[in-house]
Amino acid sequence: MSRNKIFSTDHKTIGIQFLVSSLIFMGLGGLLAMLMRWQLGWPGSALPWMERMAPQGMPGGIMLPEYYNMLFTMHGSIMIFFGVIPLLVGAFGNYLIPLKIGAPDMAFPRLNMLSFWLLPVSAATVLTGFLAEGGAAAAGWTAYPPLSGTQATMGAGQTFWAAGVIVLGFSSILGAINYIATIVNHRAPGMTFHRMPISIWALFTTAILTLLATPVLAAAMILLLLDRAVGTSFFLPAGMIVDGSALAHAGGQPLLWQHLFWFYSHPAVYIMILPAMGFVSDILPTFARKPLFGYKAIAYAAVAIGAVGFLVWAHHMFQSGMNPALGTSFMIATMVVAVPTGVKVFSWLGTLWRGDIRLATPMLHALGFISMFVIGGLTGIFLGSTPVNMYLHDTYFVVGHLHYVLFGGSLFGAFAGITFWYPKMFGRQMNDRLGRIHFWLTFVFFNSVMFPMFALGMSGMPRRIYDYTQYPALAHLTDINRLMSIAAFCLAASQILFAFNFLWSLAKGKPAGQNPWQATTLEWTTSSPPPHGNFAQTPVVHRGPYEYSVPGAARDWTPQTEEPPRGQG
Amino acid sequence: MTTLAQAQDTTTGIPSAKLGMWLFLASEVMFFTGLIGAYIVLRAGMSSWPHLGEELSIPAAAINTFLLLTSSMTMAMGVAAVHRADVKKLRLFLALTILLGSAFLGVKGWEYSVKFAHGHFPGTAIFWDCYFMLTGFHGLHVLGGVIANLWILRLTLGQDFSERRGHLVEISGLYWHFVDLVWIFLFPLLYLI
Repeated sequence: MSRNKIFSTDHKTIGIQFLVSSLIFMGLGGLLAMLMRWQLGWPGSALPWMERMAPQGMPGGIMLPEYYNMLFTMHGSIMIFFGVIPLLVGAFGNYLIPLKIGAPDMAFPRLNMLSFWLLPVSAATVLTGFLAEGGAAAAGWTAYPPLSGTQATMGAGQTFWAAGVIVLGFSSILGAINYIATIVNHRAPGMTFHRMPISIWALFTTAILTLLATPVLAAAMILLLLDRAVGTSFFLPAGMIVDGSALAHAGGQPLLWQHLFWFYSHPAVYIMILPAMGFVSDILPTFARKPLFGYKAIAYAAVAIGAVGFLVWAHHMFQSGMNPALGTSFMIATMVVAVPTGVKVFSWLGTLWRGDIRLATPMLHALGFISMFVIGGLTGIFLGSTPVNMYLHDTYFVVGHLHYVLFGGSLFGAFAGITFWYPKMFGRQMNDRLGRIHFWLTFVFFNSVMFPMFALGMSGMPRRIYDYTQYPALAHLTDINRLMSIAAFCLAASQILFAFNFLWSLAKGKPAGQNPWQATTLEWTTSSPPPHGNFAQTPVVHRGPYEYSVPGAARDWTPQTEEPPRGQG
Repeated sequence: MTTLAQAQDTTTGIPSAKLGMWLFLASEVMFFTGLIGAYIVLRAGMSSWPHLGEELSIPAAAINTFLLLTSSMTMAMGVAAVHRADVKKLRLFLALTILLGSAFLGVKGWEYSVKFAHGHFPGTAIFWDCYFMLTGFHGLHVLGGVIANLWILRLTLGQDFSERRGHLVEISGLYWHFVDLVWIFLFPLLYLI
């Protein structure tokens, strides 16, 4: 069996390919955010060396408004489509699913390889926009028409953007088919659904969301592409005048785009958080040396969040002019999401209660996840209530909320997952001291950037704004914005520690051995990294995934493969 | 390579390839839901809509419905033939299915050419945008099914087709019936109601 490292069908190689590429894209997306923070902290000040990088967008090093629009559009698109989703779903889904259910590989290894290689194709397509006339897409990651819908309003970069997102949609759908088929069909003997680790429950729910929501986004993107390239009017109403000349479009509805887009993109929010919740549910018992509190409650809560996630999309559209009666029903559905989410948070706290807590790096990130996600979730309840939304809609409050969910939640969850499974992936431990320093710096600076956003939002500062100092009512916000920008630069610099630790430990890390965390699930019963085919012989599962500190047991952890003592059932 | 796709070593006993096709069809259902949903919303938003019988050829669409329904029957007979390991009959029914599918595309192409001759293109009016979008994507799916069946027809020339590759007929059949089903929705929505 030849093992081609680059065009590999091995799920572990594909998982690591997803991991590395998504981390690189996150670095890129982060740099775009730094440019935005420069403009917000010091509006209109020159960055002379940027002129060479972007002569049209930043002539003389001073940022143009169009360039700022492009920055927040590409920051959001890169982070969501090429960062968080491929990291949480692509990297961990591929790496963990077969290992945790005791399968030698995915159900469709070649489809899996295709799913990865569509990612660079898609990214290249979207990023080609930077070279296009007028620059990359600049209509926001939400790409609302009519702005995004015609050549007259948005240049070729927007076309590349839509085409790239369609390609990425194919990648996601192929991945989802693979995950579901593998989990349904390739579990080891004894691995019933109720013995699966929560991360697998989470990835399973995520895959269902991806499978059913992504095609609707693909449909919307295709219609947008047709509007732009062929001249159809699906999202373009009559009577549009651009630069003094009337456009020939008629009969389309901009609101239709919002419905189709959010029908995907709200479930996508859960696609970006459920896996992180799963990782945390695996990590907490390991570092509290206690069984997970409320295993079934957490598992079914994940499924419930997924199901309700399909019924809340229009809470992004309360101020769009849709029927207010619809707003109320979507508000109620949105509040319902808080119930399974609360069940999860309660169960995590129950897991920690009187545990033998070990504050290693993965555990710190997991605790960071819970605390930050709770802030993200609670501010989501503010925004999900129609009267409050009227005041806070399209302000920095929304930006703060989504960063608490997607950075405070998804990214701390991802850091927890990376530091937890790194020894399994590469056979070596990451440096724990460096890891803890990285956590604390990230935690402090993250909050210093994002928490003031809530205050900015309540002060009325709109999101996606190039120069707020031009409004007298907002001019006094310069100081706090400058402070946030400094914190943002520190936050970015702190990530160098993580990158260094990641690379240095590949060569110099302490050898990890099979089971460095003394954990119970199947991936820890094979070597690190596992061989091709994962297990020397197919594992047989005898118990649930979180048997820590079982009374009477010889050790404080009992692997899933350990047979029950004789004489008992 | 590990042969995971074989039926005997799956947890549920369902072959993974078949499960995968069902999952793919679930995503396809959502794709057409998005497109058809967009059509319904756009049409409901217009104060007037063209009188369909005058703009579109109902006889042509009725013939096409007949062709596609018949092709679903021949496809099902092909699946039955592969279960009996009757490769000769299988080839006959696959060929008939391919022929009927191609005839559907031919009629569709004729309809398109008539529209083009009258100056109706995508981009001329929202009605034509919807018509070409829905029938175009459905047509592409029919084309995909025809190509898949052609590929399987070629495979039947190999050794022991029924034992080694027989499951492909069933999977292709699932897809073909789905494409047929989409047309059953499109025909009334576009031509009749």
